[in-house]
Amino acid sequence: MSFQEKKIYVSIVSSILIFTLYTIYAVNNAAEGSITSASDFRFWGSFILVLLPVSIAAKIVIHIGFVIFNKIATNEDAPSFEDEFDKIVELKADRVSLYVFFFGFILSMVPLVTDLPTYYTFLALILFGFLSDLLGRIAQLYFYKKGV
Amino acid sequence: MGKDAIRNQIRNLRFHHHEMTQQQLADRVGVTRQTIVAIEKGNYSPSLELAFRISRVFGKSIEEVFQYEDQP
Repeated sequence: MSFQEKKIYVSIVSSILIFTLYTIYAVNNAAEGSITSASDFRFWGSFILVLLPVSIAAKIVIHIGFVIFNKIATNEDAPSFEDEFDKIVELKADRVSLYVFFFGFILSMVPLVTDLPTYYTFLALILFGFLSDLLGRIAQLYFYKKGV
Repeated sequence: MGKDAIRNQIRNLRFHHHEMTQQQLADRVGVTRQTIVAIEKGNYSPSLELAFRISRVFGKSIEEVFQYEDQP
């Protein structure tokens, strides 16, 4: 398995772990009624604003850990550049990611025009934000294995 | 374009050039080993520039390294 493929596996696992652990933490520490409130969206605002930097920082730490561990285990260096194949794979994966997020964004508008609770909008935005990242990485893995 | 439309002789040419490794070829043409693997398997058709660089490593013309096959 190539370095790029291993890196994507690590990225997928770390994304799932970070999102799951942070969601559990945020829900357990949420004020009573703040999640389902129809007029106070501070919980959802802070959830997204905190999740982004936490996720980025955790991914950087995990990536550094992976590079060090991989070097010790296999004596393989991380590629120091992205070549044309990497860029095409990344572009195609980003397209998949964008489609998923756009679909989620449209879906998240539904609660605003129906009788569904408003917090479903934020729930859909966060869920599809996570899914777009995850499916984008899975697509990247697929393109590396099957070609473009 | 079908991804199998372009075939190549890279595996054979590497073997006849002192059993050059994929990593050695990748280093000489400025790509990662993963890209050479994908090209050899027919999973990726390289850019014209990269195809020229690969051909020059083996001292061959592009058509001696890469062959385009018309799909029925």
